[in-house]
Amino acid sequence: MTLQFNTETFRDDYSFHNSQRAIDRFPFPFHEDSYMYAVNMERHQGGPADSVYEKRFDVDEHYVAEMADRAKVLGDDPLRCQSLPHMTLAGWDLLELIMVSKSEEYPDLFELHRKGREWYWINKPLGIEDHFTFMDDTTLPYGPMEYITRQTQGDFCVLDQREDNLWMDAGMVTTQADWSLDFDIGMNFFEWHAPVPLAHEKGIFKRALKFLLNIQQGAPARRLNWTMTVNPLLDTSPENYHKWGIQKTTLTSENIGAKQHLRVELQTFFRLPRSNALVFPIRCYLMSFQDIVSKPKWGRRLNRVVRDLPEELASYKGFIDNRPLMLDYLSQFDDGLPTSFGVWPDEDITPTLQR
Amino acid sequence: MTGTAPNSTAPKTVGAAKLAVRVSAITTLNALVTRFEFQRIDGADFPTFSGGAHTVVEMMDGEKKRLNPYSLMSDPAELSTYAISVRRDDQGRGGSLFMHQKIKVGDEMALSYPVNLFVLDLRARKHLFVAGGIGITPFLAQIKQLEAIGGNWELHYSCRSPDLGSYVDELTEYYPHATSVYYDDKKQLIDLDNLLDGQPFGTHLYVCGPKGMIDWVRKTATATGWPQAHVHHEEFFAPQPGRPFAVRLKKSELTVEVGAQESLLEAIERLGVDAPYLCRGGACGQCETDVLDSDGTFLHRDHWLEDDEKESGEKIMPCVSRFEGKILVLNR
Ligand code: HEM
Ligand code: FES
Repeated sequence: MTLQFNTETFRDDYSFHNSQRAIDRFPFPFHEDSYMYAVNMERHQGGPADSVYEKRFDVDEHYVAEMADRAKVLGDDPLRCQSLPHMTLAGWDLLELIMVSKSEEYPDLFELHRKGREWYWINKPLGIEDHFTFMDDTTLPYGPMEYITRQTQGDFCVLDQREDNLWMDAGMVTTQADWSLDFDIGMNFFEWHAPVPLAHEKGIFKRALKFLLNIQQGAPARRLNWTMTVNPLLDTSPENYHKWGIQKTTLTSENIGAKQHLRVELQTFFRLPRSNALVFPIRCYLMSFQDIVSKPKWGRRLNRVVRDLPEELASYKGFIDNRPLMLDYLSQFDDGLPTSFGVWPDEDITPTLQR
Repeated sequence: MTGTAPNSTAPKTVGAAKLAVRVSAITTLNALVTRFEFQRIDGADFPTFSGGAHTVVEMMDGEKKRLNPYSLMSDPAELSTYAISVRRDDQGRGGSLFMHQKIKVGDEMALSYPVNLFVLDLRARKHLFVAGGIGITPFLAQIKQLEAIGGNWELHYSCRSPDLGSYVDELTEYYPHATSVYYDDKKQLIDLDNLLDGQPFGTHLYVCGPKGMIDWVRKTATATGWPQAHVHHEEFFAPQPGRPFAVRLKKSELTVEVGAQESLLEAIERLGVDAPYLCRGGACGQCETDVLDSDGTFLHRDHWLEDDEKESGEKIMPCVSRFEGKILVLNR
């Protein structure tokens, strides 16, 4: 299948849109009618054909537009991309991982030709062709992490592993849900998670960290996280809160279906071979409420999840004020019927009620 | 926690794929140590690894599957071959003897993906290595890695005797200024106090060797004011033989008798029950298992669980730890 890349924006006129294919493969994050934080990790070794879980780095119709948006954010604020000096090796590891994965999994879009340390990279969608020497920083226009993440959807945290902890010592962060790399740089796993409510008390972070420290080369893992965003904005950063925070007040019962988006992050974890660092790509998928409710099971379920979400979470995720408006809208699509277990939108196999 | 999330979108495979290999060379280094080299059967390169990583070697000893971890000692930049060095342990449970006596060039085996629990701290301005005996192996790969990037390192290597000094010749030939060798039989001892005292700011210390040496180096480092975060050690405990005992696996609804020569983890695997592991040496924490019921004494041999966890009787690390008593029920 050849991908058609959308011409669209994530700012100003917000011409972002999802095709039917994008709607069908949206990573809906709720496997049951309620939600609470959990250590929800599983292996990232493929998934159903054409799902976002199938490839190591999913490339979809938003690729070209997302990369243009990233370039704009970086133009305004270069501190969105940082790498402490000892993380350069991890940057090369990441560059290799992405180039090898993409050229293997999307041979019609990406090519990598290697002769020893002399590499030739072709990125057709972005029209990039570069010859460079692997591990020689002087042969690329940017550092290795910045070079490759300007060509890959999703944010990237590159974590150094030492003292039984992970340290946010490098990253490319332009599509984040209200947190800042510049603030978190150099912090460890517990420090950067400090603002998250409830999860610390439940021991979730202690167990999650143990799991992450043990992630093996060749056995990547993944999990989903989610939040809410008004307008299809990629860059919801604290640095720009003054620009997007105010947009939350523009929601009305007329425009909510189109304007309110469920924001899902497909988070993956890969061990990097030379540096032993861990890379944490955070891939953001946006979908408007009106597209979500086009799948009856998802519409029913989203209503119940939003309705029953603990206040701490609704407030941390920044939609507590708009919750009543959301429920007015979503409840129209919830007829009270039972929903089937699991994340897939298979509305026609709703189980019959247990007798 | 792995692959069993209720919302799982993942296919039901467990663990990283194994690497199918053929033994490509066997070299006897001395009376105790032999080097084994492997190449992939499919002809592909091995995965890249970082110095300090180990691989778990799968040996088919008749009906019995043995899994032993060994440090990768080859050059991390040279991916056509992986190499390990195996010290014969006549008192052990037979894995090293099997390698020495049964494995021949051309044999097919399986290796795990590399796992690194003994990583270089890349912020270090200098890397100070202290090795004892076969503990030299992870440093061999780390030295090659550092040489490739012009890193600053120094090795202090203690061996029993010149006859048993694995890789001494190579090290002193290529890196005469960075290598110091000490022989027990000549009563040569590392002057640790002075060594640790005279290091430049930003030095990291790494030790790998027998338990006594590791304890000595770590204690001396603490006493001379080294920050803990700058002191790294690699310490695998090989599982020790012990008295047989029975264990009930609640989730699998199975009971198994753990033999004198096998570990609890091996007994669980023998039943076909999928149990997580990485290091098989009590170091990584991956195999941690909940104890549901017990009446007897735990023989905890890992260095993962905290002391209070060990005393609680609620956790066991089945890769190295054993049990003596009437009842042991695990959540597995
Ligand atoms: C090493 C990889 C990870 C990185 C770099 C990372 C980073 C972050 C960051 C920057 C935040 C935002 C905190 C803020 O408000 O400032 C966050 C939130 C959070 N993280 Fe992580 N995280 C990682 C792994 C995990 C894992 C494995 C879990 C598993 C349970 C987890 C659970 C959470 C939760 C529950 C939140 C709150 C999210 C929300 O409700 O929207 N994180 N993480
Ligand atoms: S497998 Fe590593 S501690 Fe048991």
